[in-house]
Amino acid sequence: MGATSEPHGSGDDPNRRDFIHIAAIAAAAGAVGSLAWPFIDQMNPAGDTLALASVEFDLTKVAEGQQVVLKWRGKPLFVRNRTAAEVAAAVKDDGADLRDPQKDEDRHKPGKAQWLVVVGTCTHLGCVPTFGGGDYGGWFCPCHGSHYDTSGRIRKGPAPKNLVVPEYDFLSDTKVKIG
Amino acid sequence: MSGHSTYEPKTGFERWLDTRLPIVRLAWDSVVDFPTPKNLNYWWTFGGILAVCLGIQLVTGIVLVMHYVPHVDHAFASVERIMRDVNYGWLIRYMHANGASMFFVAVYIHMFRGLYYGSYKAPREVLWIIGCLIYLAMMATAFMGYVLPWGQMSFHGAVVITNLLGAFPIVGNAITTLLWGGFAVDNPTLNRFFSLHYLLPFVIAGLVALHIWALHVPGNNNPTGVNVKSKEDTVPFHPYYTVKDGFAIAVFLILFATFVFYNPNALGHADNYIPANPLVTPAHIVPEWYFLPFYAILRAVPDKLGGVLAMFGAIAMLFALPWLDTSKVRSMRYRPTAKLYFFIFVVVCLVLGYCGGKLPDDHVIPGISTFKLIDADLNSFVWLSRLATLYYFAYFLVILPILGLTETPLPQPESISSPVLSSHPAATPVGATASPEKKG
Repeated sequence: MGATSEPHGSGDDPNRRDFIHIAAIAAAAGAVGSLAWPFIDQMNPAGDTLALASVEFDLTKVAEGQQVVLKWRGKPLFVRNRTAAEVAAAVKDDGADLRDPQKDEDRHKPGKAQWLVVVGTCTHLGCVPTFGGGDYGGWFCPCHGSHYDTSGRIRKGPAPKNLVVPEYDFLSDTKVKIG
Repeated sequence: MSGHSTYEPKTGFERWLDTRLPIVRLAWDSVVDFPTPKNLNYWWTFGGILAVCLGIQLVTGIVLVMHYVPHVDHAFASVERIMRDVNYGWLIRYMHANGASMFFVAVYIHMFRGLYYGSYKAPREVLWIIGCLIYLAMMATAFMGYVLPWGQMSFHGAVVITNLLGAFPIVGNAITTLLWGGFAVDNPTLNRFFSLHYLLPFVIAGLVALHIWALHVPGNNNPTGVNVKSKEDTVPFHPYYTVKDGFAIAVFLILFATFVFYNPNALGHADNYIPANPLVTPAHIVPEWYFLPFYAILRAVPDKLGGVLAMFGAIAMLFALPWLDTSKVRSMRYRPTAKLYFFIFVVVCLVLGYCGGKLPDDHVIPGISTFKLIDADLNSFVWLSRLATLYYFAYFLVILPILGLTETPLPQPESISSPVLSSHPAATPVGATASPEKKG
């Protein structure tokens, strides 16, 4: 770009012309570059989208052995009241050959083993798994056949990760705040 | 564009225009007097058919936008309003929806034609690559268009496809968030897909202009694959191919109309007449039929990133094809071994499409369980997909490169005209009837 090999007429200062070329190209490139980012970043989540509120949920609505699906940040959220058998099955498999190893006790709040809160999107390609299907008593994703156990851990199929446990806290024994 | 122009302006106005903007000359040289091999068969009519398809999609699409509302709360209802209340809205929407399928029918035939007759070989590599770019743009346009009605299949199809890009390490999540404009597929996603769905067809139109330009430099390939040697090998495009293409287009439009008027939803999914619900994924989610082979390749690989790479790789094969096929012989008419592998390849593509529409763990032959291999029964669609995927890649990466070096092709004719003339009883110029084309 610097046009250094250009023949120069007598009396011309080659460095001066080169400087103008380089400076002009650099200014244009800088202008285009700095304008490119706004045009890319406008695609990212807008302020109001980022300001999505957290949700509070009353656990008394969920009977034992049931799950409630909430909408949180545009995605489904499973709040599951696990039976003793489900918890036992999950704990029993803590030592099994897991793709994304995690103990069941790390996936629920201390002393609240019955409550499992997970984001209800398959970690493969984002479909919503259904409870009660699959080989491990937990969720089964109808899209590409991923099997999750009663702790929401991936056991079989193409998904790479366990169902995500979001940030949440117990406000009281019967109320959680998610997000 | 090749050779010099035979256009002669006849009126004063044409002469005046010709010295200022020679647009009539361009049209004349491109579609009237363009020298075209005289042996093109009906597989060569799909270029014209595709131009008609693009025109139909543009016209019906621009009309539909006059009634469609790109918002998650209104999109589904506005499409239903088009179907029920807008005058002839049902017709225009069914033309647009089935038009997409017809477009892909035609483009797949067009591509297989190019594969069989070696139309991607020198000096047509750039022509072929522009065609691959058009195909990519078509897939993007079709995918985003399918999202717009905001039905169940629209929504969850968008979720699955955008999540594909999340498979890439490190940057994956940033890319999906950028695509979505949020933390899930939502209104910002619908809006940008609408914007791009409107834009891309015009990009395709621009690419088509380049495609035709690149075609008119070397001229058409032909069923023998032998270069045009002299003027006696060609006929002017008009009237010979305007009429042939016109006839093929008419036949194609009969097929098109049969779908539009008698079975407009045959190629769609009933689930897409249910408004999108982000909390429930349809039990059996599949893409539109024209994506099924790639979907089968995606599912064949038991690893998220690997599946995505295989799927993109399947398309990348097409781009690399001109340099993968080592044979100097263009047409597979004269490559008996390659021809065999080609037809297996066609069947494999169809098998992949069939597998893509089935549940991976279902049995291919019902009621028989064989043995479990790695993660699935051998008698399952996932294993059939794997075998077919293997062949798909082997065709490009192993068979074509090696075959070009090892096979013995049949003798090719001297010229486009010679096989026709030599099979004639009076091949040697004895009588006056022998061949008027042969003089000179």
